[in-house]
Amino acid sequence: MTFSARHLLGIEPLSQADILSILDLADTYVALNRGAEKHGDALAGMTQVNMFFEASTRTQASFELAGKRLGADVMSMAMQASSIKKGETLIDTAMTLNAMHPDLLVVRHPHSGAVNLLAEKVNCAVLNAGDGRHEHPTQALLDALTIRREKGRLQRLSIAICGDIAHSRVARSNILLLGKMENRVRLVGPPTLMPAGVADLGVEVFDDMCEGLRDVDVVMMLRLQKERMDGGFIPSEREYYHRYGLDAEKLAFAKDDAIVMHPGPMNRGVEIDGTLADDINRSVIQEQVEMGVAVRMAAMDLLARNQRATAAEGAA
Amino acid sequence: MTTLLKNARLIDPEAGTERTGDLLIRDGAIAAVGGTEAPGGTQVIDCAGKCLAPGIVDIGVKVCEPGERHKESFRTAGLAAAAGGITTMVTRPDTLPAIDSPETLEFVLRRGDAATPVRFKPMAALTKGRAGREMVEIGFLMDAGAVAFTDCDHVVTDPKVFSRALTYARSLGALVIAHPQDPGLTAGAAATSGKFASLRGLPAVSPMAERMGLERDLALVEMTGARYHADQISTARALPALERAKAAGLDVTAGVSIHHLTLNEFDVGDYRTFFKVKPPLRSEDDRLAMVEAVAGGTIDVISSMHTPQDEESKRLPFEEAASGAVALETLLPAALRLYHAGALDLPRLFRALSLNPARRLGLDGGRLAAGAPADLVLFDPDAPFVLDRFKLRSKSKNTPFDGARLQGRVLRSFVGGAEIYRHGD
Repeated sequence: MTFSARHLLGIEPLSQADILSILDLADTYVALNRGAEKHGDALAGMTQVNMFFEASTRTQASFELAGKRLGADVMSMAMQASSIKKGETLIDTAMTLNAMHPDLLVVRHPHSGAVNLLAEKVNCAVLNAGDGRHEHPTQALLDALTIRREKGRLQRLSIAICGDIAHSRVARSNILLLGKMENRVRLVGPPTLMPAGVADLGVEVFDDMCEGLRDVDVVMMLRLQKERMDGGFIPSEREYYHRYGLDAEKLAFAKDDAIVMHPGPMNRGVEIDGTLADDINRSVIQEQVEMGVAVRMAAMDLLARNQRATAAEGAA
Repeated sequence: MTTLLKNARLIDPEAGTERTGDLLIRDGAIAAVGGTEAPGGTQVIDCAGKCLAPGIVDIGVKVCEPGERHKESFRTAGLAAAAGGITTMVTRPDTLPAIDSPETLEFVLRRGDAATPVRFKPMAALTKGRAGREMVEIGFLMDAGAVAFTDCDHVVTDPKVFSRALTYARSLGALVIAHPQDPGLTAGAAATSGKFASLRGLPAVSPMAERMGLERDLALVEMTGARYHADQISTARALPALERAKAAGLDVTAGVSIHHLTLNEFDVGDYRTFFKVKPPLRSEDDRLAMVEAVAGGTIDVISSMHTPQDEESKRLPFEEAASGAVALETLLPAALRLYHAGALDLPRLFRALSLNPARRLGLDGGRLAAGAPADLVLFDPDAPFVLDRFKLRSKSKNTPFDGARLQGRVLRSFVGGAEIYRHGD
């Protein structure tokens, strides 16, 4: 095991070896989760707090289940409804929670960099569950695990990430991870949803979807937020679906065995055709959800090990 | 009362020269420069070959009185300025409330004159409440002592309002200072668009917003004939418009903040909010273009854009954190980075720090010549030190140079011939 960091704040600081050690451990948790006895004890005696400053069902449930399967005491807090409303700052909230001695803090926040800020102020391990448009590292890791299990490798693949790149933390983490693992990454989307200077990140940029999908191994769709559909970034939902929605016709430009991914929740008929999303021969969307739990178990397990190792060093 | 500063490296921005010699002060003014015989009873200070230059005239200092004295007061700002070699602070009106009436200006003058060891000249808002709707009483405010009119980082978006204010200001010979940005493009931005902002996922603004703001302002200046100064130019794309306006004979000048001359967007690093300034830090190409523009004279003035912020307003996620940095004490050492890098010689540097801002505001300082007020800074350009933000004299400690290795230390500052700061005291 080489992954020795204190927090998992993003893909950016991870090495290839870090990524592989998380994925390798996650593979064993996939097996555990498929068995009848779904319990491990890697986090026994530990307290995991989920702080979600932004609404989430899937990611929060996934982290909660991951912690429970490994024996942690898990508490989830919907932060929009709590003290933030009373004017408490992020730092004060963090310090308050820190005083309760959690071991793992899972945080989602609407502002880029907020999780990094919080990590500076607490003693426990912090996992970024998505910060603004910055990073969503466990999503990129679960995508990587899905790809590796489907394609048998995680390198020299051609992968198209399609849709609203500009507002997507999923896209940023995936660009970084897939780049680190030496894949060819293409970004496909309307130029109004493409961040400036993105070509400097070592990716190819396409605004024609058919061109962008030509001969790729993996098609990764992104969710288009409802609030972006009002004419500000794209003219209309139907024009978007016509030009950038994934359907069988556009998918035909990809390799015959190309897989289709989506981080969810999907807008059927906006960015992806409903029938295609359900096509078990092409779509791996359900597998992504399954891999999510395993990857989060692995990430928390490794961070807990690092924490114990640091504590042991301190005691010695 | 006479004082002789002997054996100094005299930095003369007006002549563009530096040479070793003496400087004689009599009755608060420079009496002679060069080799002079001192009359009996003269106090003699041996400068030991260190640099003696006209004190810095800093346009755009935010002193947080009235309204936010916990961030900075006239007393603390004045002490910081003295320690930074700034002998005239030209203060901003973006206080709470804004300085937009003769009454608020009078309050500030009363507070400031009593509390600060350096000279201070207040600017007033251009429109009431800096709201961009009605012009202030420009005439009364000038009579009361306002040296320029600016809404600071608020852009007067209505061209009709702005052009009328410019026209009225022209009739009085008042200087209007503006922050050239297109407000629509700039809204919500915390960084400059490009690879860095994309990687960090920060809402960003194209550098084109500055050129658009400047082009609009210059068109209105051409229309009205007003005296105009752009407070901060920070992008290469804005420079051609500025050059064109100057070549066409418009009464236009421009400034740049020390931060845009010495830092770039990548310095923000891992969301370090002390590096959040307005406009946001730019690309390295833009930074280099600004340095060149100062060297070539397209940009006239370097200023600190001193903006105190307390810990609470900075200890927030980057997008939510307040903008601005304190810089009174770091202006000169940071500016000397440009000198040490070979980009600017010392006379050229002090043209931008002292002479040009004084001229633009019609002040008598900024010169190393007989008859000028003896507002001086004696400094060692080579002395190295590591900046500790908690040693700053400002009440707020929000400097991007915390822990930075800097070179250049102010040894003494003089205002009207009186020593107001000595290093080590």
